[in-house]
Amino acid sequence: MTALVEVRDLVRQYPMGEERVAALRGVTFDVDAGEYAAIVGPSGCGKSTLLNLIGVIDRPTSGSVSIGGARVDQLADSRATEFRLRRIGFVFQRFYLMQALTARENVELPLAEAGLKGPERRERARALLDYVGLAAREKHRPSQLSGGEQQRVAIARALANQPKLLLADEPTGELDARTGTEMIALFDRLNADGTTILVVTHDEDLARAARRVIHMRDGSIVGDERNR
Amino acid sequence: MLLTLAAASLLRHRARTILAVLGVAVSAAMLLDMVMLSSGMRESFRSLLLSQGFQLRISPKGTMPFDTDATIRDGDSIVTILQGMNEVKSVSPVLGGQLHIPSASGTIASSALGIIPSVEGDYELVGGRQPSAPDEIVANDALLRAIGRSLNDTVHAGAGYDSQLRSLTGERVLRIVGRARFVYMASEQKGVALPIATLRAMQGHAVDKPVSLMMVRLAPDQDIEVMRARLERQFRKVNVISTAEALKQVDERLSYFRQLAAILGAVSLVVGFLLVTTLVTVSVNERIGEIAVMRAIGVRRWRVVAQIVTEASAMMLAASPLGLMLGLVTARYLNSILARFPGVPERIDFFLFQPRSAWTALGLLAVSGVLAAVYPSWRSASLPIATTLRQEAVG
Repeated sequence: MTALVEVRDLVRQYPMGEERVAALRGVTFDVDAGEYAAIVGPSGCGKSTLLNLIGVIDRPTSGSVSIGGARVDQLADSRATEFRLRRIGFVFQRFYLMQALTARENVELPLAEAGLKGPERRERARALLDYVGLAAREKHRPSQLSGGEQQRVAIARALANQPKLLLADEPTGELDARTGTEMIALFDRLNADGTTILVVTHDEDLARAARRVIHMRDGSIVGDERNR
Repeated sequence: MLLTLAAASLLRHRARTILAVLGVAVSAAMLLDMVMLSSGMRESFRSLLLSQGFQLRISPKGTMPFDTDATIRDGDSIVTILQGMNEVKSVSPVLGGQLHIPSASGTIASSALGIIPSVEGDYELVGGRQPSAPDEIVANDALLRAIGRSLNDTVHAGAGYDSQLRSLTGERVLRIVGRARFVYMASEQKGVALPIATLRAMQGHAVDKPVSLMMVRLAPDQDIEVMRARLERQFRKVNVISTAEALKQVDERLSYFRQLAAILGAVSLVVGFLLVTTLVTVSVNERIGEIAVMRAIGVRRWRVVAQIVTEASAMMLAASPLGLMLGLVTARYLNSILARFPGVPERIDFFLFQPRSAWTALGLLAVSGVLAAVYPSWRSASLPIATTLRQEAVG
């Protein structure tokens, strides 16, 4: 397998008054294409920081991140935006859907940004909603959907531009157990269909479902194991 | 998509949006009024000067038309020379004075203009006819009301009134043959026009034939400035001013109004700018998380800015017709107050509506609205995404 994500000596420090607090202390690891990996660890250990750096929404203090063989840690804002749009899908704990838009319009948002025009865009958004099992709810607004349904819409939005990598930060954090299980099944299916998934979680069930579990503590990787 | 998000954002807080639109409309109205004021009097004066078709005005040396009681002695000789010029189409001499007319409520004083009815350019007939005999006059409604007379009535009038003896001088019996609206008189100013020879005789100036003002209409295709310079060289005891020169002098006298309008206009523009900036800043701060998410999923920074600028523009668009109406109503009301200023011709508008004024005001407002939205939107779209999302999650 070839590495899709290559993280090398990644350091992220935040200024706190006159001190600098290290969220990551030299992290190095790879994620292969098609892999499904979970990053676990106690709160504040740097999981989300790591995910943000891989997702190109933050910049490291030092070290490097390469995705698909290209360095992405120092991209200019416009190129980083373009990279996120076309190569990365983001799923957040709080879904973060646009409340003013319907489920379908939320999925259309990155498609529109990528330049897809009306009918083709709508068709693709419908297909994605169908994929996550929400075809019948395309005209509903987020406030009319349950938490699980909102997260499915968020996943459909993340998959809109067929990204190589799906990053999920506590995707089951706001869901009840049953909906969480449904979400785990959806991630399984996504991975089986070829999407590389990197998920940050406290959810033991979700971590167990991943093929690989990376353990973090105090900004460092302290364990890396394969589930099966 | 962009429009949907912009509309949704505006509708999310309807009351706030409506209040903001009203605020911008008031600002737009004030700006429009100030733009109208800055150019209105000048334009109004210009159209007044041009309305009767005279391009040159000749007054006694060192004076503006009807600035003083000064007259040009033997003005008729100049009139005769002018009428003999091929470049001149017609000349309308005017002699200013007063008529005193006894009435039931006392002796009424009225402004009087001695004119030649066939070439006059000082009034518009609104009833009756032009004087055709020496004892015939036209009067405006303000005078007719004051003396309680109407068309075809006769009046005893004098060119002077001795208040000690309570007697008229230069007394005549005159017949009212026309109702007129005097172009250069104030709205409530009493006015009368009569043949210039009659007024001179009543004033005791039948021999020296004075003239207060001569209005000259040039033949077609004449260069006004060339003629003005020529006449001033030819007649040493007069001032010859063209409409352009008169407007220049009016401009100088109105500079106070223009400065006032510019300052108040700028203030209203700044108020509108600050209003939009405040609203956009509040609105953006409320959706900072939403904006960070949009950026995280790959929405370009300029697109976020465009969405927010669209919201500001939509508010401006909604406020514009409202501001336009409000501005026109306010201008009309203010005009009615200012029109009562003594000595201001009835036909002068302080606030003259011209489409250009409206476009200027609305254009300025639109530009300021867009600029007001650009900074807060750019700032919000430039915030570090990860930090913003973390703060939103904690919040």
